[in-house]
Amino acid sequence: MSTTRGAFTGRLSAILSRNVLDDETWDLLERSLILSDVGVDAAERLLSALREEAAIQKVRDPAALELMLHAAIVDLLGSGDRTLDRSGSPSVWMFVGVNGSGKTTTIGKLAHAEVAAGRKVILAAGDTFRAAAVEQLQAWAERTGAGIVAGQQGGDPASVVYDAIEHARSTGADLVLADTAGRLHSNHNLMAELAKIRRVAAKASGLLCEVMLVLDAAGGQNSLAQAREFGDAVGVTGAVLTKLDGSARGGVVLGVESGLGLRVKLVGLGEGPEDLAPFDVKEFADALLGVDG
Amino acid sequence: MFESLSGRFVEIFASLRRRGRLRPADVDEALDQIRRALLEADVAVDVVSSFRERVRRRSLEADLHKALDPAQQVLKIVYVELAHLLGREAPAITYASRPPTVVLLAGLQGSGKTTAAVKLARWFRTQGRFPLLVGADLTRPAAVEQLRVLAREVGVPVFSGLGDPAEVAREGLSEARRLGKDILICDTAGRQVVDDALMAEIGRVSEEIEPHHKFLVLDAMTGQEAVRVGEAFHAVLGIDGLILTKLDGDARGGAALSLKSVLGVGVMFVSEGERPTDLDRFHPERMARRILGMGDILTLMERAEQAYGAEQMKETFEQIRQGQFTFNDFLDQLRQLKKIGGVEGFLSHMPGAPVNRAGFADDKTMAQAEAMICSMTPQERMQPAIIDASRRRRIAKGSGTSVAEVSGLLEKLSEARRMIQRLGKSGAPRRSKTKSKKSSKGRRAPERISHSPKPSNFEEEIKLLRNSENFPLEWP
Repeated sequence: MSTTRGAFTGRLSAILSRNVLDDETWDLLERSLILSDVGVDAAERLLSALREEAAIQKVRDPAALELMLHAAIVDLLGSGDRTLDRSGSPSVWMFVGVNGSGKTTTIGKLAHAEVAAGRKVILAAGDTFRAAAVEQLQAWAERTGAGIVAGQQGGDPASVVYDAIEHARSTGADLVLADTAGRLHSNHNLMAELAKIRRVAAKASGLLCEVMLVLDAAGGQNSLAQAREFGDAVGVTGAVLTKLDGSARGGVVLGVESGLGLRVKLVGLGEGPEDLAPFDVKEFADALLGVDG
Repeated sequence: MFESLSGRFVEIFASLRRRGRLRPADVDEALDQIRRALLEADVAVDVVSSFRERVRRRSLEADLHKALDPAQQVLKIVYVELAHLLGREAPAITYASRPPTVVLLAGLQGSGKTTAAVKLARWFRTQGRFPLLVGADLTRPAAVEQLRVLAREVGVPVFSGLGDPAEVAREGLSEARRLGKDILICDTAGRQVVDDALMAEIGRVSEEIEPHHKFLVLDAMTGQEAVRVGEAFHAVLGIDGLILTKLDGDARGGAALSLKSVLGVGVMFVSEGERPTDLDRFHPERMARRILGMGDILTLMERAEQAYGAEQMKETFEQIRQGQFTFNDFLDQLRQLKKIGGVEGFLSHMPGAPVNRAGFADDKTMAQAEAMICSMTPQERMQPAIIDASRRRRIAKGSGTSVAEVSGLLEKLSEARRMIQRLGKSGAPRRSKTKSKKSSKGRRAPERISHSPKPSNFEEEIKLLRNSENFPLEWP
């Protein structure tokens, strides 16, 4: 997340070195947060609370604000459970999200990590819509040594997921990672289809452990709508924030977490198989504010 | 597309209109709301600030307290500034004097380059051109395969190879010459984020094929990052247009407003769906109207023309104008509507649609309507007035619906008649009140219309609509 840090540091340090704490400082702070995609609502809430506190504590030094802002962000993100649910045998994790958010790549990376940890992993090629999506997942299966269950292009994704879970159970696999076709959350029919896949997966596995929403860190305020709609349709249990290795800061996560109670569990940090890490609240806040931790 | 943004603007102006007289504080409050709406739409923060400042200054200059309808005045200022932000004219696609015309697509991973490449190829086909697609994304697993599968659907050939992308692109160019293709569209590799290796690779591809058009493909859901991405590609390639994708969702597409203003690069195409036909040219003025909730009848008409031909359009339009709109036409419309993007797609272009969207038809009620009409006798379809209680019961039984639903459909027919007739009227600008100094500049009617020997009512209506510089400052 070093680039995230760099981007914010440049702007923040300019603000904090101004030596006076006036309206302009607050405006600049708000601008910084909005530039990081925190969003105008979340930024205002964060800063108005901070402003009150600064008044009470009679803070005059802009530099002291940095620590307070850091604490406020950590506080906002909270301490919710960010571990992945491994109950059930096999555990079934399903990945949903809009087109191009990075579902297939995330599954590939997870497969790499889980296989390396000695678990037997089956990939379910539930994206039967996008041309060559199955081939893309197959390439990941070969690369990581995970098994894969695929159906026909244009076939029924729910039955592919069902078959994969059955296959995992009969071969004693530990984990099923189910891919789904990317879809815009505003498309009712496709969301209904996703709900069906979820029902079938839950029924086949007896217990669907995780439904992970994959969010692009470069995404703006629309990510809030995505989180809300996917949450309503399939009961999302956690999120993956992808493409965080670039200059995008993923600030919208503040709104997603505080507003919708959704927890980011994983972050994608690159294109290699190893570039996936657990989400760390403190690190994220550090990176957002440019604190070396 | 831009629906929530347009919904917000409609609300803001509705509340401004209720005020009657406007004090500077009222304008400031509206401007705060506009700022918020634009930021929530992911327009770049600095672009929003300067937009706000410009509107504020012009509102002060406009002597609002003397204006008869000050809210209207503010709306007009916002419209002009929005159109300015979006770019004044949709730039024309030019073709090379020595074919092929080479088009390079660049963008991040997941922005929709490959899909856009195929949609673009299909669009060039509708312009009577013969494109060749070149798959130079040799990085992402199965990217070329995806291109081939999609291209097959629209019947456009694909060239690709192994090894170096610049090499493949160059070979693709000689292949296009050999086959006598007049358009070459080159799909390139994306990266998850902007990085030096990506920029170097795409720079080499660009040098190799010397594109006439270099389009950046950008996800409409991109946040503040859009400007950074745009700047990075612009620095290396000199981008000359944007293709904005995934606008069929509820993305507010603020990037379209930012990039024009920051880079001076306008949106060439917008992509609003998963089918190969879901690619439209971008028209800034129309989009400004749409954002302000004033509707975009022109795009709708063009789509309709494409879907079922100008002749049939004209006929239907005439029928509607004369109030002879029967269930046969209604059924026909239902079926045609599917071709131009379904109800949702249709409504998003309608004036005022963002507010009355809820409770209007969705695809399920459409199917029901179709079933009900199919259960009517030919006479009932022609003369809906004869459908009494007994007939309603029979139709309900035949279509598996209820009597209430049949009555609802009858009501909808007369509603549709009223609505469409009203559209015809309110869509025409009041020319007498405004001077049309820039009226027809940059706006070309499709040839099949302008070549027609004598203009009918339909053609005049279209011409007036196209004259949207003097748009009617009112909501239907």
